[in-house]
Amino acid sequence: MRKLGRKLLGLSIPLFSGLCAFFIVLIVLIVMGETIIGGWSTLSWEFLSTGPKEGMTEGGIYPAIIGTFLLVVIMSIAGVPIGTITAIYLSEYASQKSILARMIRFAVNTLAGVPAIVFGLFGLGFFIQFVGTGMDKVLSGGAELKWGQPNILWASLTMALLTLPVVIVSVEEAIKAVPRELREASLALGATKWETIRKVVLPNSITGILTGGILAVSRGAGEVAPILFTGAAYFLPHLPSALSDQFMELGYHIYIMTTQSPDVEATRGIQYATTLVLLVLTFALNFSAMFLRYKIRTRTAR
Amino acid sequence: MNQNGYKITTRNLSLSYGPKLALKDISVGIRTNYVTALIGPSGCGKSTFLRALNRMNDLIDGVQTSGEVLVDDIDVYRNDVDVVALRKKVGMIFQRSNPFPKSIYDNIAYGPRINGIHEKNKLDQIVERSLKQAALWDEVKDDLKKSGLALSGGQQQRLCIARALAVDPEVILMDEPASALDPLATAKIEELIFELKEKYTIVIVTHNMQQAARVSDYTAFFYIGKLIEFDETKNIFTSPKEKQTEDYVTGRFG
Repeated sequence: MRKLGRKLLGLSIPLFSGLCAFFIVLIVLIVMGETIIGGWSTLSWEFLSTGPKEGMTEGGIYPAIIGTFLLVVIMSIAGVPIGTITAIYLSEYASQKSILARMIRFAVNTLAGVPAIVFGLFGLGFFIQFVGTGMDKVLSGGAELKWGQPNILWASLTMALLTLPVVIVSVEEAIKAVPRELREASLALGATKWETIRKVVLPNSITGILTGGILAVSRGAGEVAPILFTGAAYFLPHLPSALSDQFMELGYHIYIMTTQSPDVEATRGIQYATTLVLLVLTFALNFSAMFLRYKIRTRTAR
Repeated sequence: MNQNGYKITTRNLSLSYGPKLALKDISVGIRTNYVTALIGPSGCGKSTFLRALNRMNDLIDGVQTSGEVLVDDIDVYRNDVDVVALRKKVGMIFQRSNPFPKSIYDNIAYGPRINGIHEKNKLDQIVERSLKQAALWDEVKDDLKKSGLALSGGQQQRLCIARALAVDPEVILMDEPASALDPLATAKIEELIFELKEKYTIVIVTHNMQQAARVSDYTAFFYIGKLIEFDETKNIFTSPKEKQTEDYVTGRFG
């Protein structure tokens, strides 16, 4: 009897754990399937290339695509260099046991765990009310409200803060994967530490830096909370043309279409299609990051 | 150059990794334009000694050095010594060939470039001269644009030698340069060492006693962090003074 029980248990564990694993796959399939079925008929070239019409119940999402694109570009320009420099400091200069290095690591880990909405509030308080309002006071004596309000610059910088840990971690990983032999070769030729970092370590970690950038972009493109108060707009008749302009964004667009639209039923197709575009975008970014990582691994294992 | 014919002299050089003592009181003189071989069983400190000569051990956390290493009569462990200039003067070849993932040309031009040489024809000259000195020119002269990693193991090691020569060193330290190579490639490296000692002072760490006997003029035998015996190579291999040296070179242990 006991023997049979053990045998049954032995059979049921793989079955049960397999089912759990399959459940995850199922969820992905349902999400993808549902989005494709709901959005496919709305998706068209016109949908991708025109703005919303008729009180946002018709038309496309072109401004939101462009807004998302600009957001992640400005975010990367701000975040990737800072993240890379931090990673260089942590892996090359800081002594691994030093209190400063530990503090930075602790801060990076904490930053990674802060909820996105808190970043949004921080952006509102710091960038808009402190930096922006301060800039207005200096530039126009407070007469003109230009920087002290939500815009694409503040939203991008807030997003850059959110994605900073992602960049730091992947760049550090890539720097650590550079073989010690190469650093030694450079130093033994009379190169300084900085020359070695600039000419040997960084060129050999370029794929890691790219991976970090892509993962940050894919994370940033999917977040709504940080830009809620810092720059995203409900509807704009024109594209942003300056850093002090507001912008439309895909994730935010989905949010307002589902919660703020005067006729939620009429916009269902648009909601699905927008979600589909956003999903395809982030999946594509994640896949390219995975591909780059794979390339790093095969190269370091040479 | 030093008047008494010694390029490098160490005085009571001791080195420890944290609490572990790796070198004890090593005093030795390395003669200018001769090949000095460092032999001894694994873990005896010969590579550590080699790396102490151009301060490559500085890169390892927790290394403590005491005593003196005089290169041209100047103690390289003094605080005001420029480590970068020292490493330019005392070049190094590693056990595993480590070309940069760049073209053959850029590998060799790397050193001159960081030293401020950027004129195309000057670099061309240095690349050609270095490759010729390293006996690699004839094999690669037609595809200098090819990646250094595309060469065979022996060629890669000669590329690394050419790369080291390109910055005009005076001393070349070699850390088991042929241990990963087949006999033919090893022979080429040994031939090269023979030619290079005309112009350079060479210190070579080797596991291979025949190699030490073939290429070196002087041999130092290390055992557990101590220098047991240092003499002309022929004396070490034919009439060693110490019992331990004799046991090692005759293959009784090691």
